[in-house]
Amino acid sequence: MRKLRFHPCGNFKESYDQELSIFDTDFGRLWMIIGLVVLFGVIPFASGTYLLFILNTIGIYAIAALGLNLLIGYTGQISLGHGAFFGVGAYAAAILTTRAGFPFWLSVIAAGVFTAAVGVVFGLPSSRLKHLYLLIATLAGQFILEYVFVTWKTLTGGAEGIILSEARLFGLNLRDDRTFYFIVYVCLVVLMWTMVNLKRTRYGRAFIAIRDNDRAAEGMGIPIFLYKLLSFSISSFYAGVGGALFAYHMMSITPEPFNLWLSIEFIAMIIIGGLGSIPGAIFGTVFIVSLNEVLSHLTEYLMNVGVSTGAAITLAPLKEFVFGLAIVLFIIFEPKGLAEIWRVIRSSFRLWPFSY
Amino acid sequence: MENEIRLLVNNISVVYSDVIQVLKGVSLNVTKGHIVSLLGSNGAGKTSSLKAISGLLKPENGKVTEGSIEYDGAPIQNFSPEEITRKGIIQVLEGRQEFKYLTVEENLRVGTATRWGKPYKEDLELVYHYFPALLVRKKSLAGYCSGGELQMLVIGRALMAHPNLLLLDEPSLGLAPLLVKEIFQIIKRINREQGTTLLVVEQNANMALQIAHYGYVMENGKIVMESNAEDLRENPDVKEFYLGTAASGALKSYKDVKSYKRRKRWL
Amino acid sequence: MDFFMQLLVNGISLGLLYALSALGFVMIFKSSSVLNLAHGELLAIGAFVFLVLSAWADLPIIIAFSLTLIGTFFLGFLVERLFLRPLIGEKLIEVIMMTLGLGIMFKGLLLFIFGGDIHAYPDFLPEGLSFELGNIFIPSVNVATFVIGILFLIVFGFFFKYSSQGIYMRSVADNQPAALSLGVHVRRVFAMSWAIAFIVAAISGIVLGIINGVNVHSLSAVGLKVFPVVILGGLDSIGGAILGGIIIGLLETFTGGYISTSLREIIPYIVLVIILMVKPYGLFGLVEIERV
Repeated sequence: MRKLRFHPCGNFKESYDQELSIFDTDFGRLWMIIGLVVLFGVIPFASGTYLLFILNTIGIYAIAALGLNLLIGYTGQISLGHGAFFGVGAYAAAILTTRAGFPFWLSVIAAGVFTAAVGVVFGLPSSRLKHLYLLIATLAGQFILEYVFVTWKTLTGGAEGIILSEARLFGLNLRDDRTFYFIVYVCLVVLMWTMVNLKRTRYGRAFIAIRDNDRAAEGMGIPIFLYKLLSFSISSFYAGVGGALFAYHMMSITPEPFNLWLSIEFIAMIIIGGLGSIPGAIFGTVFIVSLNEVLSHLTEYLMNVGVSTGAAITLAPLKEFVFGLAIVLFIIFEPKGLAEIWRVIRSSFRLWPFSY
Repeated sequence: MENEIRLLVNNISVVYSDVIQVLKGVSLNVTKGHIVSLLGSNGAGKTSSLKAISGLLKPENGKVTEGSIEYDGAPIQNFSPEEITRKGIIQVLEGRQEFKYLTVEENLRVGTATRWGKPYKEDLELVYHYFPALLVRKKSLAGYCSGGELQMLVIGRALMAHPNLLLLDEPSLGLAPLLVKEIFQIIKRINREQGTTLLVVEQNANMALQIAHYGYVMENGKIVMESNAEDLRENPDVKEFYLGTAASGALKSYKDVKSYKRRKRWL
Repeated sequence: MDFFMQLLVNGISLGLLYALSALGFVMIFKSSSVLNLAHGELLAIGAFVFLVLSAWADLPIIIAFSLTLIGTFFLGFLVERLFLRPLIGEKLIEVIMMTLGLGIMFKGLLLFIFGGDIHAYPDFLPEGLSFELGNIFIPSVNVATFVIGILFLIVFGFFFKYSSQGIYMRSVADNQPAALSLGVHVRRVFAMSWAIAFIVAAISGIVLGIINGVNVHSLSAVGLKVFPVVILGGLDSIGGAILGGIIIGLLETFTGGYISTSLREIIPYIVLVIILMVKPYGLFGLVEIERV
């Protein structure tokens, strides 16, 4: 057996291969295996229906957040239209199954590809626009897509939306949250693994180069427009897959959830998680979804207990307030997000009990 | 009053981000009405020294950790740039940091920030008197000016603040030799006619020593040599490494030759 | 023809309203390059402060108005000091996210205090300002909007172009280190620009409140309308904001009048995308000068 690798006391990387390796130590591998066992062997069987529902929601949003992280965190192109892309994926999957009779797996993949194509179209302005202008162009994209969802009634069903029929995969009914849990998290793990590896390729490095200095990247011979479009399409693919799973998760879709607020929530996820960090995107999603749940339970609780209903209705905006406050506090006190907090905790454990 | 000291930098250390030490005990002084030049290769710490004086270290997360900087006898180390500029110390940043979207004249008007509300018309006249090239371009956006015009612009802009001590960071950067000569002539004239004290950081040692009264040579965050400008010009090491006018043709190893490095140090 | 004229007049007055709302936004952008996503909430804050003072506390209009301006001025200082100063020198996206977070926070707070109802100010505009143009009636509030809009255009135009403070503000947005090296009080410039933006937003919010009623949702929605307006005109041009506002206003009323009311809400954004593809810096915006 080869020698186990531990963390050296400092940065002693000697080759590019070492720099590119995913796990610094063999313990990293071990932890990943333990994590996967817990994820697929313990959690789904230990959780109740409600928790499974929440976990599925987290998994689905995390897929889209990963995609957005590629676009904002790595490529540096701010997009306020990710919520609508998510919606495009959901509608694509719903329409393909109900109208064209696509099976589940094919409709999810097709939704991803279709959303990627839509993403490219809305990424086109990035050829000429930067920073704020691009941000506003994507905002326009968000509104235009929302408008299409509502008004193209023959295809999207307008405000009533679409109700999906029961989906099956390998003879299993996907209505069941536990079955669906496995599908969502297999997708998440696969897509996350792809993302981790993408970061190490020339594409990943090109994206980061464009983020850090697009002029210099162009000077180095990176065709920045193509790479920006590629980034838009990959990130929209993730959003599309997430949206398709969301459609099956909810079983019926309306234009309602895919509004600007969802785009803002996605951005909040990756900011709070930590920009340009893959675990960060996951942490951010867990944080935001949990925060949403806790806050709506809190208002519900206050509505039922003691407080008169009149007061409780006005308490609902508190959810918004706390949400905004969380973003503000994170940006002031931990701009690198939850990923940084996690890193600090981990490295203090790694060296424990000898802290030097 | 003849040899009154305007600026006294006493053994300062500068640390960035609490870990990176760039200056290791730099001392220098600038006599009132003199031009003092600070020479040295890249990364020697010249710019950091200027920023320590002008207070611009702070936005870059740098700090003077030891030693003191005195200006007209009063300590100014680690003051904010707002306070220091209001005492009359103005730094001209390296690399011509013009305001691209402002016209030339508006650029010059920003120079009046330290004495806001006072009349500035005469100062504009004065700047145009020294740099006639700017008068022609006064209505055009600074972003579209040439490198030489920009260098004149940023020096003129600093003059608008009525500086008592002007810190110039590499005024010759990226300019044609003839322009460099012209700019240095103007610097000398400003010094003579306005009585402005100047501290000039330069790579172009030849030019800098021609107009300076006194010079310092920096290396690795330390002052390694100081002398009158004439003596420095004659010094064989300076000749060899900064002026490039040594007699012997063959390049010698950097390490072997410098006498001040060969000297035994007891620190 | 009357219908056309009515749409024209409505479009122009709506556009002036948008332009007025956009001014505070341009103000912040011009002095600190910050894209303020909380602008709709700033409008709402001003409108509600005035509501409390004029309708609830029953103060005379002039006093309520002046108190609103003073109050929002200091609120602007406070917001800058607490939330934006820590971010000086941070990346653009963090500052944008901060304004986004602030917007959500303010909106939640306003909804919590005032609820989602539409409130109304007491009547105070003199009726004498209204007049009829042919068959078209132009109400006083539109005349007031027009006068206020033009006044702001002139005052701010002069302020940025000729006053020293205005030039210092632009210098900070342009090149912060250089401004610092010349002794421009950068922190003061930021604080001032937010304080002034709060005042401008308050005035716009009050005008909007007079016309449409004071409502958190509709006021914060106007904050989003501001984007096509300013982009069309160029992010940093005040005259452009006025013209952009009028164009968007006309587009909206004419689309609503002749094509469909549902397309009305979306047409500004479609035009926005097209304009951006053709002229990436808007119609009057400064072309970014890039020297490498």
